[in-house]
Amino acid sequence: MAEPLRPDLAAILERVEPGTRALDVGCGDGALMAALRDQKGVDARGIEIDGGCVAACVARGLSVVQGDADRDLAFYPDGTFDYAILSQTLQTAARPDHMLSELLRVGRRAFVSFPNFAYWRMRWALASSGRMPVTRHLPVSWYETANIHHVTVKDFEELAAGLGIAVENRWFFTREREIAPRQANWRAEYALFEVSG
Amino acid sequence: MSHTPQTLALPDPLPLDSGQSLDGVEIAFATYGELNPDRSNAVLVCHALTGDQYVASQHPVTGKPGWWERMVGPGKPIDIARFQVICPNVIGSCLGSTGPGSASPDGAPYAMRFPVITIRDMVRATVALLDALGIERLHTVVGGSMGGMQALSLAANFPDCAERVLAIATTSRHSAQNIAFHELGRQAIMADPNWQGGNYYGGANAPDAGLAVARMAAHITYLSEEGLTEKFGRRLQDRPDGTPGARTFGFDADFQVESYLRYQGSGFTRRFDANSYLYITRAMDYFDLAEEHGGLLAEAFKGNSSRFCLVSFDTDWLYPTAESRHVVHALNAVGAPVSFVELAAPYGHDSFLLDVPALDRVVKGFLDG
Repeated sequence: MAEPLRPDLAAILERVEPGTRALDVGCGDGALMAALRDQKGVDARGIEIDGGCVAACVARGLSVVQGDADRDLAFYPDGTFDYAILSQTLQTAARPDHMLSELLRVGRRAFVSFPNFAYWRMRWALASSGRMPVTRHLPVSWYETANIHHVTVKDFEELAAGLGIAVENRWFFTREREIAPRQANWRAEYALFEVSG
Repeated sequence: MSHTPQTLALPDPLPLDSGQSLDGVEIAFATYGELNPDRSNAVLVCHALTGDQYVASQHPVTGKPGWWERMVGPGKPIDIARFQVICPNVIGSCLGSTGPGSASPDGAPYAMRFPVITIRDMVRATVALLDALGIERLHTVVGGSMGGMQALSLAANFPDCAERVLAIATTSRHSAQNIAFHELGRQAIMADPNWQGGNYYGGANAPDAGLAVARMAAHITYLSEEGLTEKFGRRLQDRPDGTPGARTFGFDADFQVESYLRYQGSGFTRRFDANSYLYITRAMDYFDLAEEHGGLLAEAFKGNSSRFCLVSFDTDWLYPTAESRHVVHALNAVGAPVSFVELAAPYGHDSFLLDVPALDRVVKGFLDG
């Protein structure tokens, strides 16, 4: 059970206040939820589209609903959670702007992590090969990828500003290690933002 | 597996949703495993329409294994080495609990004088049984189909009764289509001349033909089209004397699917009472958990402290996934801890009774968590 968490999830785990309520949207196999419950006494709930993952979560004693975040977030009342978490999923949303607003409707704060499409290796791959990059964090070809809204660090910050959302904290990661925020839009493979409405 | 067959007479009259009350109610039930000293390991299994208390032991009439032996037993997902499983026969049924075939106070069977009951009435009787057994709080209440309705009704009406609520292949209300299929079955029974207004007890003939047709129609709703096609296709049925199947240009069971349904229908009449079928299908048709709670399903679960888990099957068109989602959304709205998963299985509604390993994992995980 104690497999190491992905660095963005570990950063979330560290930030979340003990004894709070959190909704993990796209919770996968429930690794973060289990850690939040076991280490922080968090009342964690999840939404996950993959039935196999949901079954795995239930088997860990987690409360996870199989569903589509684009559609099912609407069924949660306003302010139900202290935190809404969306890890590596924003780029798959039908409308990432609506998704962000929904996260901050059901949660007081939100953690959002996403692969940065402006990472220099991406830029290089696109510039040199002339084809959509296929990388560790975006491993699927353009025609079958679930990542339908590629986004960069700058894009996200602009969207947040446009929606009147405050950025409370930012973390950047490359090769599974946290990096300094300097020139993050160029250097970061993926980013994590803590935002509030 | 052995169990202790028991019958308990409820000390008080049972109040019913119809406004009537039922005196002298007896509940037949089976238990498996031992209750622990603090009485915290009781798992209530609620059975479906034509189910019974023989969840994990041989049926006394058919001699067949218990209806959920793949789920309940030593080392099974509902492990009777850890839990005491209690499975009552619902009131209105015919396997020992008070129903239309039971003797009324005047000594004659109730028949159609038996009051119309509801799912909530069944649950009231079950809770009275638990009270008599000294069980204040269940570790889990679990059921599929009508058993799931009872589990949800128990959670809504007795919010402190169960720590965990596991409702499988079920719904919070009967749809027009659900009611329509049940009405077809009831009319088949009532159209049988042997039904005689329900007063066939003690006579030579019961309305077996009508009850068999009711079962055949219902059985189709329990299976998926895919499952039927795979199992039977358009294959023809060999005759009992070994003659290969053929179109007879008559109305014998030429097709395997016809033969199968006739077998299901006639087998059912040996173990089930036609009037019980009328009463229990009526109870299911009346089931609408939202209506009981001011029209808002979320109200049914307000203030409930249980953990919930709902499971649907992708080929179940009787109580499709949308019905489970409807319950999940209501539970989300009140902030209840709820899990939900739609499992892939080819068997339609009956999947909850059949070999679906993913269901075993979910059930075990939910009970352990």
